[in-house]
Amino acid sequence: MTATASKTKTMTMVAAINEALDLALANDPAVHIFGEDVGVMGGVFRATDGLQAKYGVDRVFDTPLAEAGIVGMGIGMGLAGLKPVAEIQFAGFLYPALDQILSHLGRFRHRTRSRYHLPMVIRAPYGGGVHTPEQHADSPEAILAHTPGVKVVIPSTPSDAKGLLLSAINDPDPVFFFEAIKLYRSVKEEVPEGDYRVPLGKARVVTQGDDVTVVCYGGMVEVAQKAAEAARTAGIGVEVIDLRTLVPMDTETVLQSVEKTGRVVIVTEAPRTAGFHSEISATIAEEAIEFLRAPIVRVTGFDAPYPPFTAIEDVYRPNPLRVAKAIRKVMAY
Amino acid sequence: MTRKKTPKAPPRAEPDAFEASVAAYDDASGSMFQILAPDGTLTRPDLLPPADVQLRLYREMRRARHFDERGWVLYRQGRLGVFPPFGGMEASQCGTAAALTSDDWLFPTYRDTGAALTLGLPIARTLAYWRTSPHGWAMPENLKVLPFYIPIATQYPQAVGAALAEQRQGTRNVAMAFIGDGGSSEGDFHEALNFAGALNAPCVFILQNNGWAISVPTRKQTKATNLSRRAEGYGIPGVRVDGNDVLATWHVTNEAVQRARAGEGPTLIETVTYRIKPHTVADDPSRYRTEEDNAGWAEKDPVERMRRHLMNSGLLTEQSEAELLSEVAAEFEAALQEADSYPDPTPAEILDHVFAEPTPQLRKQRAELLAEVDA
Ligand SMILES: Cc1ncc(C[n+]2csc(CCOP(=O)(O)OP(=O)(O)O)c2C)c(N)n1
Repeated sequence: MTATASKTKTMTMVAAINEALDLALANDPAVHIFGEDVGVMGGVFRATDGLQAKYGVDRVFDTPLAEAGIVGMGIGMGLAGLKPVAEIQFAGFLYPALDQILSHLGRFRHRTRSRYHLPMVIRAPYGGGVHTPEQHADSPEAILAHTPGVKVVIPSTPSDAKGLLLSAINDPDPVFFFEAIKLYRSVKEEVPEGDYRVPLGKARVVTQGDDVTVVCYGGMVEVAQKAAEAARTAGIGVEVIDLRTLVPMDTETVLQSVEKTGRVVIVTEAPRTAGFHSEISATIAEEAIEFLRAPIVRVTGFDAPYPPFTAIEDVYRPNPLRVAKAIRKVMAY
Repeated sequence: MTRKKTPKAPPRAEPDAFEASVAAYDDASGSMFQILAPDGTLTRPDLLPPADVQLRLYREMRRARHFDERGWVLYRQGRLGVFPPFGGMEASQCGTAAALTSDDWLFPTYRDTGAALTLGLPIARTLAYWRTSPHGWAMPENLKVLPFYIPIATQYPQAVGAALAEQRQGTRNVAMAFIGDGGSSEGDFHEALNFAGALNAPCVFILQNNGWAISVPTRKQTKATNLSRRAEGYGIPGVRVDGNDVLATWHVTNEAVQRARAGEGPTLIETVTYRIKPHTVADDPSRYRTEEDNAGWAEKDPVERMRRHLMNSGLLTEQSEAELLSEVAAEFEAALQEADSYPDPTPAEILDHVFAEPTPQLRKQRAELLAEVDA
């Protein structure tokens, strides 16, 4: 973390993201923001609000409605010396662009032996909890984490959102920046002013505890925190770790905690099979199995599309009760 | 639900008029831009470029053809990997790429070795690419040519981005991207044309209609009979040009490049040519096409056509032709020697160039890999 920022300001996550984008545009003429409705309208969640008015239609612009075009064009912009920051309106609409991402974005440095690199950021709102229509609540982070050559960042607080986004925009390599829709406006926090950065690849220990390690990120951090509070009243010490970035993953912080607690619960809202939680689980099994006192338990969504049914959405998305039960389970083993 | 009146069908053209217009539309040769006829005579002498341009275009085609022909031999000798030949498409590739300067971008497909050589990609690097050596991927710093694209059509939106970036940075540089007739069925092709039009990107799109997408002839690829017309749907100019006439491809592309530089936006150019050769050196076209399919195309050969014209006009003599051919051959053999001297990659190179800084995970995997290969 840079120490340049001394003053702070209370703000929501979406305001923090807006401020980071504003600073990035102000600091570097190479930064260009584009996507669907990001211009006059300022994005469907207003993350780019006011930026076109401030920086002009060349720096902040609306594109035709086509995700492969957005990512593909961004790749070309990155090749030719700009820093493209694209918004995909919802992570569930990244899929049309997956060919550009898998075939090119992730492997451009490799396939040109570093002659070209892509300092591109793709922001996308993701995740559930706010009763969005079909396809608007997907958590596709594992697809990206499985793609060599791209980084994956998922903040869970306003100050992290600002600090990580500025790091992402200044990173020489492509970064996916997933923003939990649920967190956009639900939390406010003191956010450092100025060019505040949080490095990629460093996890955050949210709460300390000696009995159970809960590994989570993004929209699941507040869910895990609530479960941890409940567990504390029952005398169980829970260490909640917010990964912040899946690629690169801060294995060290996770393993140190596991060595201390010997019990692990992993929480995500993505489907169960082959999710990023499986990667965390495998890493712990490979590196720290001798410290485990109980099997690792995953609390996840299901191997079904995220349900657009308001009445039962909360059944799919992990809630504090499910996490608390998992904590009890690893304690009782 | 309230019942609505069925909307009236739009008026339809009378069948006869309709058929007549389709027939006119179908007449490919009639609607193709051409300067040089197959017999080497000029159909548009008024558009003849200066002698130095004519000679350069011929030289580029000769270099490209030499690569293609020697490539086959080297492949059979096991000295080159599988590569897609382009012999017969030199006018389509060299005439178009010759309209660029080294400040412009070139986004070639796997078949566009001729275009890349014309922009200046060194022969040795190109050989290295088709030998699957990393030396062929490290594109020279003084050129903005990308490694040959293997996935179909993905380069098109990227060219729009590069073009736009040049414009935003205040240069007059343009981006040129290639695609095949098959590739123009992909969504990326259409998204790119639409983006380029909507954002007025200085982009020149070359659609090489060489008659085939592996085994699928163009008439089965699409019901459209004039692919340049696709431009209309995106509000940008589309031009159909005789793709075996290097004077025509150069002229049209040069105009499109000048238009792009002047801020007048993108152009789609369909070069009508033919893949007389197999899809790759390892392909057997007898499974999907007949000699009849190829009939007539040998006479349209772009190199021979230009040679006749240059001989007729006295710009080329038997002697200067012989000199040119031996220069081209010597250049190639020297490049081959250089390519032979490139060392093989080491195993750990598969983990290089993933990120600017390797992640902890990549560092660990490198150590594992090295331990394994040393064991
Ligand atoms: C996305 C994608 N799909 C399929 C292929 C396999 N493939 C390679 S070449 C080719 C035909 C392409 O035809 P066309 O675009 O007309 O170009 P040409 O080979 O004739 O130059 C196909 C299907 C590919 N490389 N990429």
